[in-house]
Amino acid sequence: MEFAKYIFKRILQTIPLLIIVSLISFFIIRLSPVDPLAELRLNPSISQETLNKEIKRLNLDKPIYIQYFSWAKSFVKGDLGYTSAGEKVSVKLKERIPNTLLLTLVVIFMTWAVGVPLGILSAIKKETAFDRMLTILASIGMAIPSFFFAILMLMFAVKTGWFPVGGLTSYDFNDLGFGAKIIDIAKHLCLPALVLFTISLSGLQRQMRANMLEVLDSDYVKFARAKGLSEWKVVFKHALRNAVNPMITLLGFEFAGLLSGAALTEYVFQYPGLGRLILEAVMKSDINLVMASLMMGTIMLILGNLIADILLMITDPRLRRGGE
Amino acid sequence: MELLRKIMKDKFAKSAFIVLCFLYLVILFADFIAPYSNYYANREMAYAPPSRVYTIDENGHFSRPYTYNYIRKFEPALMQTVFEEDRSQKYYIKPFARGEKYKFLGLIPTSRHLFGVNNGGEIHLLGTDINGRDVFSRLLFGGRISMTVGFLSLLIVFPIGLLYGGLSGYFGGIVDTLMMRFAEATMAIPSFYLLIILAAILPSGMTSVQRFSLIIVILALIGWAGFARVVRGMVLSIKKEEFVLAEKTLGASNLRIILKHILPQTTSYVIIAMTLSVPSYILAESGLSFLGLGIQQPDASWGNMLKEAQEFTNILYRPWLLTPGVLIFLAVLSFNLLGDFIRDYLDPKGRTRG
Repeated sequence: MEFAKYIFKRILQTIPLLIIVSLISFFIIRLSPVDPLAELRLNPSISQETLNKEIKRLNLDKPIYIQYFSWAKSFVKGDLGYTSAGEKVSVKLKERIPNTLLLTLVVIFMTWAVGVPLGILSAIKKETAFDRMLTILASIGMAIPSFFFAILMLMFAVKTGWFPVGGLTSYDFNDLGFGAKIIDIAKHLCLPALVLFTISLSGLQRQMRANMLEVLDSDYVKFARAKGLSEWKVVFKHALRNAVNPMITLLGFEFAGLLSGAALTEYVFQYPGLGRLILEAVMKSDINLVMASLMMGTIMLILGNLIADILLMITDPRLRRGGE
Repeated sequence: MELLRKIMKDKFAKSAFIVLCFLYLVILFADFIAPYSNYYANREMAYAPPSRVYTIDENGHFSRPYTYNYIRKFEPALMQTVFEEDRSQKYYIKPFARGEKYKFLGLIPTSRHLFGVNNGGEIHLLGTDINGRDVFSRLLFGGRISMTVGFLSLLIVFPIGLLYGGLSGYFGGIVDTLMMRFAEATMAIPSFYLLIILAAILPSGMTSVQRFSLIIVILALIGWAGFARVVRGMVLSIKKEEFVLAEKTLGASNLRIILKHILPQTTSYVIIAMTLSVPSYILAESGLSFLGLGIQQPDASWGNMLKEAQEFTNILYRPWLLTPGVLIFLAVLSFNLLGDFIRDYLDPKGRTRG
C-alpha cells in the first residue's frame, strides 16, 4: 500500500512540473515575433474555415495569458491543431514518437547489456591493462561529438554499401513479408543506434565502475570476504545489487541525454523521429508543431524519470520501508 | 602552482594540458598563422583538395618546400570536376610572406603571415570548401569561436547559478521549494530541444557579434539550472556549520553571509564544474552551428564548417572537410581528461561527484 501511495504521490508531483514547463515553453515561443499562423495563412490548401477554427482555438485576438489558457485547455483535450502543411499535429506526433522511442529503447538496452558488465569487469580488474584500456576508450567515446561520429558512420555506410542510409524503412517496405520487414527496420536502425550506443556507453561504464569500486570497498563486502565466500559470490551476490541501484537513477538522465543526442543523430541519418520533427518544425517556424513536440519530449522525459524512480523502489527495499 | 606541477607529472593530464595550450595559442595568433583571412574566397577553386607540399624536386634533389597550383578541369567521361596540378610553375613556400592586411593581436597593422606563397600561387593545406575558402585558415578562425564560447557562457552561468543556488539553499522552506521547482522544470525540457528553439527565435539580420553573444546567453540559459541545484545542495550542508551561526549572532546580513561566507566554500566545486562543463558547451555550440542555427556563414565555427561535410558527395570525395570534427574531438577529449584530473586533485573523496 505504501508503494502505491508513493507512486501516486510521485505522479501528482509531476503535474506542477508540467505546468511550469508549459508556461516556460509557451512564453519562450511567443517571444518571437512570428505570427503562429503565418505559414498556415500562406498555404492555399488550407480553408478559411480551418484558419478561423485555429484562431478561435488559440484565442489569438485576446491577451497573451488568455491565449495560454486556451492553448493549455486544448492541449489537455488532445487537440493540438494543424501543422503549417495542413496535417494534424497529433497524427504527425503519433507517427514520429514511436520511432524515437524505438531507437532510444534499443540504445538503452544495448548500453546496459554491455556497459554494466564492462563496468563490473573494470572494477574487479582495477588498475590492470584491461581497465586502463577501457578508461582510454571511454574517454574517446565521451569526447566524440555525436553528429561527427554519425557522419563518419555515414561515410562507412556509403563506402561499404552494407547498410541502408536514411529513413527507417526501404522504399519497397510495404511489399515485404513480416520477417523481412523486421530485418529491414533492424538494418536501418543499426547505424543510428550504434552512434548513440557508443556515446552513452562510456558514461554508463564509468559510472558502473565507480559504484562498484565504492561498494567493493565497503565493510559488508570486507565481511563477506572475511567469511571466506568465494570472490564470485562476493561480487555478484553482495556487491552487484547495491552497485546497480544508483544506476537506475541514472537511467532517467540517460533517457534525457538520449532524447537530446538523438535529435542530431536523427538529423544526420534522416531518421523519422521526434528530434528531427522538432528540428524541421523550428526551421519552418511551425509554432503548433514546435509547441506540441516540445511538450511531448518533456512528458517523455518526465515519464522516463518516473519509471526510473519506481524501478528503484522495487530494487531497493530501504526506500520501500521508509516510504521516502 | 602545486596543481600545475601535478598536472605535468601525469601522462594524460600533461598531454591534454599541452594540447589545450597549443590550441589556444594558435587561435590567439590565428590572423598571423593563417595564410588567408576568414572571408577570403576564390570561387574558381571550390572544393580544391589540399595542396601538396614538395621538398624533393623533379630531379631528385632536396629543395626548399614548394607547391603547385591546381587547375580545375571537367572530366566528361567521369562527369566530374577534377583538379590537376599545374606543373609548369613552382611556388616556393616563404616564411613571413606578405599577404592580406590585418591587425596583429588586433593592434599592430601588418601584412606578414607565418607562411605564404608568391603572388599568383595558392596554398591550401587542408583544401577549400564550397566557396573556395581555405579550410586551414577557417579552422583557426572558427576555433576562436568554438573554443571561447564555453568559457564565456560559464561567465554567465556561474554568477546566476551561485546566487540562485545560494539563496535557495540558505533560505530553505517555501522559497527553496519554489525556486527548485522552477529550476527542475527548466531541466525537464530536453535540453537540445530547448536549445534549438531558443536559437531559432533569434531574429535574423543580426551582426555576427550580436549573434555570437546571444548564442552564449542561450547556452547559459540551458546550463544554469543543473549548476544551481548542486550549489544549493552544498549550501544546505554548509549553512549548518558553526561559523555561519557565529556570523548571524554578530549581526551580518543574509546576503553578506551568503556571498562572503557560504559561497566561497564552494570554490573547489566551482573549479571542477568549470573544467568539466566546458566540453558540453563546445559540443552544444558546434551542434547548433552544425544545424545552421548557431554561428552563421560567412563566419566560421567548427560546427558550421562540418555542416558541409554531411553531404554524400563530400563524404566520399572530400574528406578534408571533416577536419573540424577532429578538432572538436581533440578539444573535448583534452578538457575531459584535464577536468577529471583536476577533480581527483581538488576533491579526492569525490564529494562533488554525481
